[in-house]
Amino acid sequence: MHGPDTAVDVHDLSRTFGSFIAVDKISLQVAKGEIFGFLGPNGAGKSTTIRMLCGLLMPTGGGGTVGGYDVRTEPEAVKNVIGYMSQKFSLYDDLTVEENINFFGGVYRVPRDKKESRKAWVLEMAGIGDKKSVLTGTLPTGFKQRLALGCAVLHEPPVLFLDEPTSGVDPLSRRSFWNLIREMAESGTTIFVTTHHMEEADYCDRLALIYKGRIIAEGAPMELRQHYMKRDILEIEADKTVEALEVLLREGVDNAIFGSTLHATVEDAETSARRIREVLESSGIAVERIEKVMPSLEDVFVTLIEAS
Amino acid sequence: MSLLRIKAIAKKEWIQVRRDHLSLAMAFLLPVILLLIYAYAITFDVNNILMVVYDQDKSSVSRELVAQFTESGYFTTVAHPDSYGRIDRYLDSDAATVALVIPFDFSKNVRTGRPSSVEVLIDGSNSNIATIALGYITGIADQFSRRQVVTPAPPVIDMRNRVWYNPELKSRNFVIPGLIALIMSVIVSVLTSLTIAREWDRGTMEQLISTPVKPAELVIGKLIPYFFIGFADTALCVVISAFFLGVPLRGSIFLLFATSAIFLAGGLSFGVLISAGTRNQLFASQLGMLTSFLPSFLLSGFVFSISNMPAPLRVVTYAVPARYFVSILKGIFLKGTGMRFLALEVVLLSLYAVVVFALACGKLKKRIE
Repeated sequence: MHGPDTAVDVHDLSRTFGSFIAVDKISLQVAKGEIFGFLGPNGAGKSTTIRMLCGLLMPTGGGGTVGGYDVRTEPEAVKNVIGYMSQKFSLYDDLTVEENINFFGGVYRVPRDKKESRKAWVLEMAGIGDKKSVLTGTLPTGFKQRLALGCAVLHEPPVLFLDEPTSGVDPLSRRSFWNLIREMAESGTTIFVTTHHMEEADYCDRLALIYKGRIIAEGAPMELRQHYMKRDILEIEADKTVEALEVLLREGVDNAIFGSTLHATVEDAETSARRIREVLESSGIAVERIEKVMPSLEDVFVTLIEAS
Repeated sequence: MSLLRIKAIAKKEWIQVRRDHLSLAMAFLLPVILLLIYAYAITFDVNNILMVVYDQDKSSVSRELVAQFTESGYFTTVAHPDSYGRIDRYLDSDAATVALVIPFDFSKNVRTGRPSSVEVLIDGSNSNIATIALGYITGIADQFSRRQVVTPAPPVIDMRNRVWYNPELKSRNFVIPGLIALIMSVIVSVLTSLTIAREWDRGTMEQLISTPVKPAELVIGKLIPYFFIGFADTALCVVISAFFLGVPLRGSIFLLFATSAIFLAGGLSFGVLISAGTRNQLFASQLGMLTSFLPSFLLSGFVFSISNMPAPLRVVTYAVPARYFVSILKGIFLKGTGMRFLALEVVLLSLYAVVVFALACGKLKKRIE
């Protein structure tokens, strides 16, 4: 997957800060028009990677291209073909919504004849058409996030980098945000997005899981579930969840609370389900339901981290 | 270089300045307040010197001598102690700076034409005042002596003094043009020292450096609104000085503002340089204040004459833009000097502006370090 269809192509990309290795020899390729998710816990090296890809941070090792330009030697050319939305939705709080749009429109040199239509698009997309003259600092986070996205894509960049775009945003806004991202990808924009919300991973076409600066798994969400999850997940619904957890832990069953149920990681679903039901019922806990479920990406991630 | 980008940045910066009422008020009030305070506080004129007189003679002649002191306008008699011990007390407690001791035989000696000694004690702890007071005293004594003689002998040298440019020798006239240079040095670097650092502190810089904006566009765009503020400040200071403080403005107003524009460009760029170098608002504002005030105060020739400085320090003064601005303003205000005599200053000031602007652009890296 090289050549004209690749939007991002990096090899052995590394960054150290003193003796701390933030990013350790990461290689990845992102195809044009793809939503590429970069998943990992806080401090795993997601932001450092995205900053190197945007030409904001010099790699200490490795390199590659974004939009066909070298991130090491042509960072300014990279900046011409990307949109970037940093973690803090870096808009000017003391400017109104419209002034922010005008500013970024000017900085990105949006042509005069397109300025008004792009502004109208951002206002509509962010759902703040009636808040043009409101100071940005007073907007709720969800609106701010969509405005920041709008400002970052005013110039219709072919590659878009989003660093934790949904942090601090309510679930409803999050969903509509991902719908926007999907629309952009469908119209040909390549999207590279980092998140630590595992449940958001399913919105991505492809994922890389990053942990302690290294990519520990890569693939489509489904592939990851099937390929990396050798063991089965049982969902257990019992009347006393916490007690059930303790009983099972004493029995040596690897399990954790998952919403109102328990998720147990087992070698074989059928035999374990029978044993778990026996153990729980002999402890006086009524079992409503035990069934094999599709592992969530969080399950995959936990398993991978434990294995690494 | 894109005009569209420069315009966008300048506009955004202007909106931010306009909305920041506190900073805006500071930008306009601070120079006025500083100018007024310093105009009244910094005076090198010495008058109203407090004097005590120990008159042992108590004659009409001795009273005449004392009267000459007080009539000069420089001395005020505060007490007439009657012993040396008392004099000590006045000088020790700063109740007087000068003590005049007239001996018993003063009037007798004067009348018989014999030289008479009068003792003068001066508090030399402020050497500047003491030196000036001593000059006044010598003058008064000379005058007194000449009056006692019926036909004074013609002096060997007949000095005819004429003071040019500031005939009344008012120190305010000489202080204020330099003061404007000093105040503007501080104001301009403080104005811009926050601009880049604020963007780093608020996290907006990361967004900005991810765009294709060029460092020079960013610096120019940010300078424009502050340039107008700085210009308005300079005009304000000039108006106050000329109309309220009565400093003569003899030269070309056009030259004054043209040179101010060059000075502002350099000073504002210096603030941006500091801001880009520190990336921290608190540090930037303190560094901006310190690095503009101290050299402008000490090494510009505003207070201390550059020609009296040791050679290595004299070399350093060439890198202090206030040095050129002080001479330019003093020249234009007091002497009405034209471009012909200020050319070197103007060239060096322009050179400073260009160099500092280039450094600021170079320091403004579009990278996170």
